[in-house]
Amino acid sequence: MSTIARKKGVGAVLWDYLTTVDHKKIAHLYLIAGGFFFLLGGLEALLIRIQLVKPNNDFLVGGLYNEVLTMHGTTMIFLAAMPLLFAFMNAVVPLQIGARDVAFPFLNALGFWMFFFGGLFLNCSWFLGGAPDAGWTSYASLALDSKAHHGIDFYTLGLQISGFGTIMGAINFLVTIINMRAPGMTFMRMPMFTWATFVTSALILFAFPPLTVGLIFMMMDRLFGGNFFNPAAGGNTIIWEHLFWVFGHPEVYILILPSFGIFSEIFATFSRKRLFGYSSMVFATVLIAFFGFMVWAHHMFTVGMGPIANAIFAVATMAIAVPTGVKIFNWLFTMWGGSIKFTTPMYYAVAFIPSFVMGGVTGVMLSAAAADYQYHDSYFVVAHFHYVIVGGVVFALLAGTHYWWPKMFGRMLNETLGKITFWLFFIGFHLTFFIQHFLGLTGMPRRVFTYLPNQGWETGNFVSTVGAFFMAIATVILLINIVITTVKGEKVPGDAWGDGRTLEWAIASPPPVYNFAQTPLVRGLDAFWLEKMEGKKELTPAEPLGDIHMPNSSFLPFIISFGLFVAAFGFTYHNDAGWGLPVGILGLLITFGSMFLRSVIDDHGFHIHKEEVLELEKKGANA
Amino acid sequence: MANQTNSGNERVDLAYRRRKNAEEMRHQMIAFVLMILLTLIAFAAVGYEEFSHWFVVPFILLLAAVQVAFQLYYFMHMSHKGHEFPAMFIYGGVAVMLLLVWAFTTVVWW
Amino acid sequence: MHAEEKLTAETFPAAPERATLEGKNKFLGFWLFLGGETVLFASLFATYLALKDKTNGGPSAEELFQMPIVFMATMLLLTSSLTSVYAIYHMKNFDFKKMQLWFGITVLLGAGFLALEIYEFYEYVHEGHKFTTSAFSSAFYTLVGTHGSHVAFGLLWILTLMIRNAKRGLNLYNAPKFYVASLYWHFIDVVWVFIFTVVYLMGMVG
Repeated sequence: MSTIARKKGVGAVLWDYLTTVDHKKIAHLYLIAGGFFFLLGGLEALLIRIQLVKPNNDFLVGGLYNEVLTMHGTTMIFLAAMPLLFAFMNAVVPLQIGARDVAFPFLNALGFWMFFFGGLFLNCSWFLGGAPDAGWTSYASLALDSKAHHGIDFYTLGLQISGFGTIMGAINFLVTIINMRAPGMTFMRMPMFTWATFVTSALILFAFPPLTVGLIFMMMDRLFGGNFFNPAAGGNTIIWEHLFWVFGHPEVYILILPSFGIFSEIFATFSRKRLFGYSSMVFATVLIAFFGFMVWAHHMFTVGMGPIANAIFAVATMAIAVPTGVKIFNWLFTMWGGSIKFTTPMYYAVAFIPSFVMGGVTGVMLSAAAADYQYHDSYFVVAHFHYVIVGGVVFALLAGTHYWWPKMFGRMLNETLGKITFWLFFIGFHLTFFIQHFLGLTGMPRRVFTYLPNQGWETGNFVSTVGAFFMAIATVILLINIVITTVKGEKVPGDAWGDGRTLEWAIASPPPVYNFAQTPLVRGLDAFWLEKMEGKKELTPAEPLGDIHMPNSSFLPFIISFGLFVAAFGFTYHNDAGWGLPVGILGLLITFGSMFLRSVIDDHGFHIHKEEVLELEKKGANA
Repeated sequence: MANQTNSGNERVDLAYRRRKNAEEMRHQMIAFVLMILLTLIAFAAVGYEEFSHWFVVPFILLLAAVQVAFQLYYFMHMSHKGHEFPAMFIYGGVAVMLLLVWAFTTVVWW
Repeated sequence: MHAEEKLTAETFPAAPERATLEGKNKFLGFWLFLGGETVLFASLFATYLALKDKTNGGPSAEELFQMPIVFMATMLLLTSSLTSVYAIYHMKNFDFKKMQLWFGITVLLGAGFLALEIYEFYEYVHEGHKFTTSAFSSAFYTLVGTHGSHVAFGLLWILTLMIRNAKRGLNLYNAPKFYVASLYWHFIDVVWVFIFTVVYLMGMVG
């Protein structure tokens, strides 16, 4: 049990992580796997920028460029940004609501392994003929035409598997937040990051099923002779576009709302002031999520839905700027009059405001349907969504990494290196993407692998590529920082920054396996800050010290997901080889067999005894 | 302890709960009869060729909606206390459903 | 209350499915899952509606659908919904044997429904309405087939629960499991109500 105290062999640690159901370790897994895919996606971005550094370049030509481009987008959205956000949700949300665990520890682990094997399957395509090459949106008219290799099949099956994992994660967080809040933690006392996680999870629950259905259709069409998107048999490729964007637009809010949550925590902490307009922040979050479902077709203005549909979706889209503006002003007012401490996370938070606002403004420009006909499919769009996703989400991920690293690992990342990372990344980001607005406005199309000289695009593209390398160097420095910190970083107390406001800072860093020895009593918003202001060092407990119930570890989540991984290979090749169908069925048998085992073997968990808790608490206090 | 109806006397308590359960079962039985009736009417409306389909289609959709409400509120106990979040998320799903059906029947017109 | 405690009718709680924290979580989590399932089926229905007239020379809905078999299937599934209500009624009364009996009847009715559906698909294929025939046929089989696979999964699930718990009776560990399985079964029925209305009846109206 006392994993913190004892040194263990590599094998034991590995087995521990393969079978863990502890949300803090699952957070580590998400961070590592998401971080790995982030590097992969970043590498793909660099390859794209190298190809575009000069006109008529032949570094990545035609099909290969399409594959790298597709995998960059797909990897970054599904396998990097979302899992990294899930890492922070897992690490922080149960702590912020004063819970010992999540509602479904087993499901939580299953969700991670599904995502992992889905991502692995998708990336196997590189070694098996070729990666998907129809863009991250994989429009059916392109995807059904991509017949040279199985790339698109890897996309449809890989994303289905990882999508199941995401839905499980969402249900787990929703139930955790609804059912497992500590006494006194009312909904309107929840930290903003927890609120954002709650709303995001609801979005995932409603947005992922349409994607799953779209992917099933695509799989049917490509592998089993279906006709959903085949116009020759009465099918309609527009259906894919709708299903994809019914998922795809909420997806960008699934990414940005938790990022807003992270920044809300950081602004309040380092302004050492209560978040301005807390209730309007909550309301704005819910409103954004609500509107987020009614705007998907603004990605399809040029499809030809007709003027009425375009007008409805344009107006709905513009409306989203209002709650978003409310948030921006709340953050500014949080800083106003605060006693600001410029730490690395705060650097990102402050830089986020202008960067994200620029992305928001171009978003409103794009939402004007008539003007969109001009911007559509140009680099202007590329610049827009990188401003919101890098300037919003990636900044938040980097900020969150620096902010919660001490909580997750018990050591503080080096601040100097952190600030160097920030400046390089910040400069590199604007260098890369600002100029792309103008490339787009002067007509450079997106997704095309090269351009001709003397069209006025040489300088812009060169600058953009230089910027990409700045971001790459920044990432390398962050990695160095992580290595140095892990080897000899200074150990930190529970309240690592000294200004912690929410419950996670009230317990040891890293937290003990049971999180809270005694469930805390929450007496208001920013519960830990309240106690500190009254001169206390600890939270008021809501229960006497007693035995703590914990869930058992299990290897089954790994096997269930592995079964789907095997099945996906089988079904991908079932038209080409005789082994395809048997392997597919074998994979499903592995999955359903282990689900059956899970169902029939009772799992009551175990108890950590009071004495052991006391001992661990003493050690935690000394560390 | 989880019995909200705890009167202190377990026997009385049990008798009360049994009666309450039986009463609920009676309601569910009525709901079932109505559901079967609604189904019969729907099939009959379609089987009877004289009705225009402009009448039949909205009519049977209405019957389906009523029937589903019976399922949710009686058979799945959504009328009971403690179903606020379930109701919220089911209605959320229904809202997305209406949106999708609206979109797929109007703006997908090729 | 401890999950494995031996209980009597007197000590059995009024809402056994929500008497423990695990039960409460399971109950809520499953309802949320059903919310997601609603959207999943909504996507399938919406696509079906968009493609239902694209028969590509194959048989149309009006030519294919036969009222008697659909009516029979509907009656079987509706009745199985009622029998699972009876099972839960007996669960609340702490009558394990009767609960098992009614769940058993539910499973039989469900199996009857599934058999009818398989027979129906078999007939359609013989009439030239294959999965690969047209956009309509693909959408039809995917929507109705997804529902059918839910029925099959539900059958196996309830059967597993019945066999696994046959010897140990009711406790607060398995009561939420039975309850949630019955919710799933009702949800399958909810979806079927829309399938027989939107797919079959509206298909026959033309």
